[in-house]
Order: sequence, then structure tokens, then C-alpha cells
Amino acid sequence: MRAYSDKKDVQKKAYYTDRYWVAPTVPRQTVESDDVFAADLAAIKAKFTVLEAYIEVEQLVIVINPDDNFGVMKLMKEELQFEQLIEMAAVDWLARSNEFEIVVMMLSMAKRKRMRVKYTVAKDQAVESLNPLYRSADWAEREMYDMHGVKVNNHPYMKRILMPDDWQGHPLLKSYPLHGDEAAQWYEVDKIFGKEARDIIGPEIRDSAAIERYDTERFSRLGHEVPYGTDISEGEPDTPLAYQEEDGVFLIRKVHEDDSVEITDRDR
Amino acid sequence: MAQHQVDFTQSGGLPIALTTVDKLVNWGRSNSLWALTYGLACCGIEMMASGASRYDFDRYGTIFRSSPRQSDIMIVAGTLTKKHAEFIRRLYDQMTEPRWVISMGSCANTGGMFNTYATVQGVDRVIPVDLYLPGCAPRPETLQYAVMMLQKKIRAEKAGKAQRPKRLM
Repeated sequence: MRAYSDKKDVQKKAYYTDRYWVAPTVPRQTVESDDVFAADLAAIKAKFTVLEAYIEVEQLVIVINPDDNFGVMKLMKEELQFEQLIEMAAVDWLARSNEFEIVVMMLSMAKRKRMRVKYTVAKDQAVESLNPLYRSADWAEREMYDMHGVKVNNHPYMKRILMPDDWQGHPLLKSYPLHGDEAAQWYEVDKIFGKEARDIIGPEIRDSAAIERYDTERFSRLGHEVPYGTDISEGEPDTPLAYQEEDGVFLIRKVHEDDSVEITDRDR
Repeated sequence: MAQHQVDFTQSGGLPIALTTVDKLVNWGRSNSLWALTYGLACCGIEMMASGASRYDFDRYGTIFRSSPRQSDIMIVAGTLTKKHAEFIRRLYDQMTEPRWVISMGSCANTGGMFNTYATVQGVDRVIPVDLYLPGCAPRPETLQYAVMMLQKKIRAEKAGKAQRPKRLM
């Protein structure tokens, strides 16, 4: 017989863990299997160091040194016909190796090819901005800074893009709690009322099922209204739901639901 | 005083209506609730639908205004982010008293499904709320009902008395 385990808090715990699940890996091909990519890679390798290169989901992936990023992009834009920078983003690998991986996705409309350029930067290492080459890098780099704290050199307007300017921390870091750190949890209270109002307003209620069922000082339950501050823990009276008061409303005709007419003829 | 055998309280007795100042003022207030357009997310679409011809908020005297200085009621329709919290407070402070707030939908009530660092967990952390309207998103009928309930609440208030400071501050 299975040992008894207390199930009182079973809803708070994950009831299922997939112990035997192994994350699938995407198959990779060598760069030589595609002539266009092979030529591109040769052109890049002629001038810069390429740490790793392979084809994944029909896209060329190259890993370069972070200091070469501007040079590689310039080469790709001016000679290899990769006209568009689709997206760039940082990946937080701080826990593994204290570095960020930056992924840049490129598109060549002329060659009908996509490729990804990756480079890793250490935690406090700044990277060169790609904004002079691709305008779309502008917001992407600001977002990288806002969400991960990756600093970018020579960016024309290095400012947070999503979070407020006086926000503390970088929310997309793996170490950032989902419910926010202390500064985030009290952000609106501190900003609007000041820190001394924290005691009055109280911490955020993060339990979505929290109901202040018996609080008759702050809430009045529709259909069960009682005078201010009444103790309703023993039960509460039903009050009829009505649009208007019993004795009618000044200058307004009383609604009688019995007198209402259901209109069935749409063309009347 | 002469006995005219006329029941003044009944319509048709004389072309006058006897009432109290409270009732007269509250009649005016409750039937011209000009609302500040405050669509923050998908609830805003339902709020717009309530104002449009099918549900027709104009029948209640609820006309949407774009300025807080012309509004009596703020319908907070949608998710309030922490970045936006200071602006909702500023707009609320710009509204003239008496003023009321309807918190429309789950996000405005409690933060709703956005249980994250960037969402205010209920607008009542920033501004005092008169009426919480559940739903995600509430139907226009529900918003209509909320406005009618708010009218009822206004009619029960003393007209001359300054509004009692609500929950916040």
C-alpha cells in the first residue's frame, strides 16, 4: 500500500513532474550542405573569426566574437545582401556562465535566406550598437537594456523602452521574481503617496481568490446590503435587486417590470 | 393656512413638484454622469460599445468626455500598469468633486490574470473605487447595470455634504 501523504495543500503544489521528459534538440546540418550559406560563411571567415557555424531549420547560425559584431554586420549588409535586421534579443545565461547571449536575426530578401548571428557578452561588458547600420536595432537594443541590463555603446538614445525611467532592476532576468522585487511591489505607492503610505495601503494581495467576504466597512454586497460596519459573519439579509428605490425617483417614472412589453415584430 | 383639498404631492394637483434640495441635486447629478474615457485594455471596447447606439449610454445622461475637468465619473476599463499608475492618479485629482469611480473588469479590480511585477493589483491601490464590476470583460449590459447602481448610490447621498474621504489617504 502506498504511504499516506497529507493532501491538504495539494492545490498549492505541482501535482505532476515530468521526470522522463527530455527536451528535443533541433537537428543541425553542416554549412556545406547549402551553397549560398557556404559562400556567405567563407566571406565572413575571410575577415573575422567564426567560432561556430551550422544550419538549423534552413537557417545559417554563426557564433562570433562580441567585439566583431559591428564589422560582421557591416559586411553582411554591404556585401552579403542581408538588408534587414528582423529582431535582436538577449538571453540570460548568467546562472550558467555569467554572460548574456545576444541573438540577431537577419533576413536577405535578395537571396531569400534567413540567418542568425550569436555572440556572448560578459555580465558588465558593453556591446557596440548596430543602430548605425540597421534602424530596427534601435528599439531592440533599448529593450535589451531595459529587460536585461545589457549596455550598448554609441546608441543615440539609450533609455528604457518599456518600464518607467525610475524603475529599478531588469525584469526579464531569470533572477527577477515574477511578482517583482520590493521596489517593484511598492512602485506605485512610493511614487504617488510616498514611502510613509505603505503602512496605510498595505502590501499587494497576490492571491487572486482572496475575498474580503465579511468586510462591511469597505464593501457592500449587491443584493445583500447591510448598514455600514454590520457584522455579517452569522448571515445577512436578502435585499431585492431593483433599478430604483421603492418609493420611486424624483421626476422619473417608476419602472414596472410587469408592464414591460416584449417586442416580437422587428419591423414594427 | 387654507385647506384647498388639493394633494400637492400628486401630479396633476398643481403644476408644481414638491421635493427636497437633496433630491433635486441628486436627480441632476445622477442623471448627467459624464464619464471620463478611460479605456486601458479590452474592457475599453465594451465601454465603447456601451456608449454606442445599441446600448446607448446617452439615455442615462452618461456622455463620454475626454477631459477630467468635465467628468463626474471615471470608468477604469482595463489593465492598469505600474507605469501608468501616476497618470490615473493625476487625472483623478483633476476631476472636480463630487466624483465617482467604477472599476470595470477583473484587471482593474484585482490585477486579474496579470499577476506580475508590472501590473497594479487593483486600481483601489491608487484611487478610491465606488463600484467594482466583475467580469472579463463585462458585457455592456453589466456596465449599464453598474451605472444604474451608481445612480442609486448617488441618490442615497447627502447632496450638500462634502464627500467623505474614501479608503485611500
